Amino acid sequence: MKLPKQQQNAQEPIWQNKKKSDLKVALCFLLPSLIGVMVFIFIPFIDVIRRSFFGAMSGEFVGLKNYATIFQNDAFKLAGGNTLKFTLICIPLLVIASLGLALLINAIGKKAQLFKMTFLLPMAIPVASVVLLWQVLFHQNGLLSRGIIALGGQRVDWMKTDWAFWILVASYLWRNIGYDMVLWLAGLSTISPAIYEAAKVDGASSWQQFTKITIPQLLPTLFTIVVLSLLNSFKVFREAYLIAGDYPHDSMYMLQHLFNNWFVSLDIDKLSAAATIVAGVILILILLLQRTWEGDED
Amino acid sequence: MKKYIPITLVSFLALIVWLPLWMLISGSLMPIDEIKTYFGPVLLGGSGFAKWPLIPAYPTMAPYIELLLDSPAFFAMFWNSIKIVVPILIGQVCFGMPAAWAFARFEFPCKKLLFTLYIALMLMPFQVTMVPNYLVLDKMNLLNTRGALIYPLVFSTFPVFIMYRFFKSIPEAMIEATKMDGAGHFRTFIHIGLPLGAAGIVSALVLGFLEYWNMIEQPLTFIQDKSLWPLSLYLPQIAVDQLSVSIVASVIMLIPALLVFLWGQNDLEAGIRAAGLKE
Repeated sequence: MKLPKQQQNAQEPIWQNKKKSDLKVALCFLLPSLIGVMVFIFIPFIDVIRRSFFGAMSGEFVGLKNYATIFQNDAFKLAGGNTLKFTLICIPLLVIASLGLALLINAIGKKAQLFKMTFLLPMAIPVASVVLLWQVLFHQNGLLSRGIIALGGQRVDWMKTDWAFWILVASYLWRNIGYDMVLWLAGLSTISPAIYEAAKVDGASSWQQFTKITIPQLLPTLFTIVVLSLLNSFKVFREAYLIAGDYPHDSMYMLQHLFNNWFVSLDIDKLSAAATIVAGVILILILLLQRTWEGDED
Repeated sequence: MKKYIPITLVSFLALIVWLPLWMLISGSLMPIDEIKTYFGPVLLGGSGFAKWPLIPAYPTMAPYIELLLDSPAFFAMFWNSIKIVVPILIGQVCFGMPAAWAFARFEFPCKKLLFTLYIALMLMPFQVTMVPNYLVLDKMNLLNTRGALIYPLVFSTFPVFIMYRFFKSIPEAMIEATKMDGAGHFRTFIHIGLPLGAAGIVSALVLGFLEYWNMIEQPLTFIQDKSLWPLSLYLPQIAVDQLSVSIVASVIMLIPALLVFLWGQNDLEAGIRAAGLKE
């Protein structure tokens, strides 16, 4: 997100001359948005961090008590654990599957556009539109049970067993694979064909080309894909909520459910502490990933 | 021979996308007695197993007509969705676009810090901003109104970021040339920024539409009055109330999103890439 050094220097003299008038104009463009962001998002967020150190009812400073409370809370442990497990399983799966898909799409050449659009399509399909389909698929008397019985198995009420978690994983992959595929394809397109030509001349096999050229060149793309996939992973709440409501099977009880339920019972102190922790974790993750990413360039 | 392996594999995977869509469309043409026989075991608590035939035995438009003529609640919710999504998108363009221009084209103190703040806020999931949002909306007496969904999202920083990437890619020389011709800052923005950044604006709009048409979390937390709910949250309720139109309703909900997707597919792709590529 920064200008290269030379460009910055080159612009400096002009900038200094026009500094005052430029500043005013820039503010005209920026301020309406900035004020809104401050009022609706940023300042209230700072207020929430403050609240996380105060009692909800008494309004007294309680130090880290709210944090201690939530870490002893069983629901928080369950939801936090599930969310962590979901993230750790889904993100690598999605990253690898979407890379595979991107390579396949690259390999077919013709008709690639049609397939690209096909795999992007799920992100356009509203969750609410597929809820009914989902119910018919995963109900005890549903299509999946019917298939299992035909294979000689037992009927299962999928959403009320540990399978619920895996169904959510599959749904996340289905919805997000196209998005990540487009990002991988963008990354792949930045690799110059000349590098592959040179490697071929040197007698590198296609596997060697993949591990020695493609993978290293795609590392910067990996960072963005991981971050964006992580953020999109919070949206599986939509499927989970519309199918299974406030209190789904334990295996898919996520932080999002917990936040929602605390919200309904107006546990603002617990909620503030939990929101601060989640925000902190995400911020650290982004900074860490960005650090390693920028380190790779030098 | 080797060439056919990728395309077969990809076609097979594509089926996983096309099949559910096909099932929805064929299901929407089923008469009510077929729906009852096929889905009864699941939705009406019967015994036996559900079926979803790929083509209905006696296709009919009756569910569509019933939905059109006899489902006022559905249309109220449909308009609710429109009344929420359209103002958000208009607001995002009005406020976000100039901000994106400022970040892309001006130098000012604290720019880097502010931009980092915008990116950090863009990356926060709804659950993190839910409490702060709630507290502000409560103070402004906006809870349980459409405004509660609209105002915070108008100032979402994601479209700013997308448009920024596109504005940034306009060659500096082009801007300088316009300035040489004596155009002021605002004219440069209108005559160079808008037309050359149009793809970015459309990308932000397409991504925004798909996102907000699908909005669940915000109305769930900020709106108690069910008559203000958008379709995205209300739809599952229809299957309970009025089984005969439930699949048609799903299809109608899908159509605007599909149209936007088809109309803006290239910009959508460009928008996703803009979020991903580093400078």
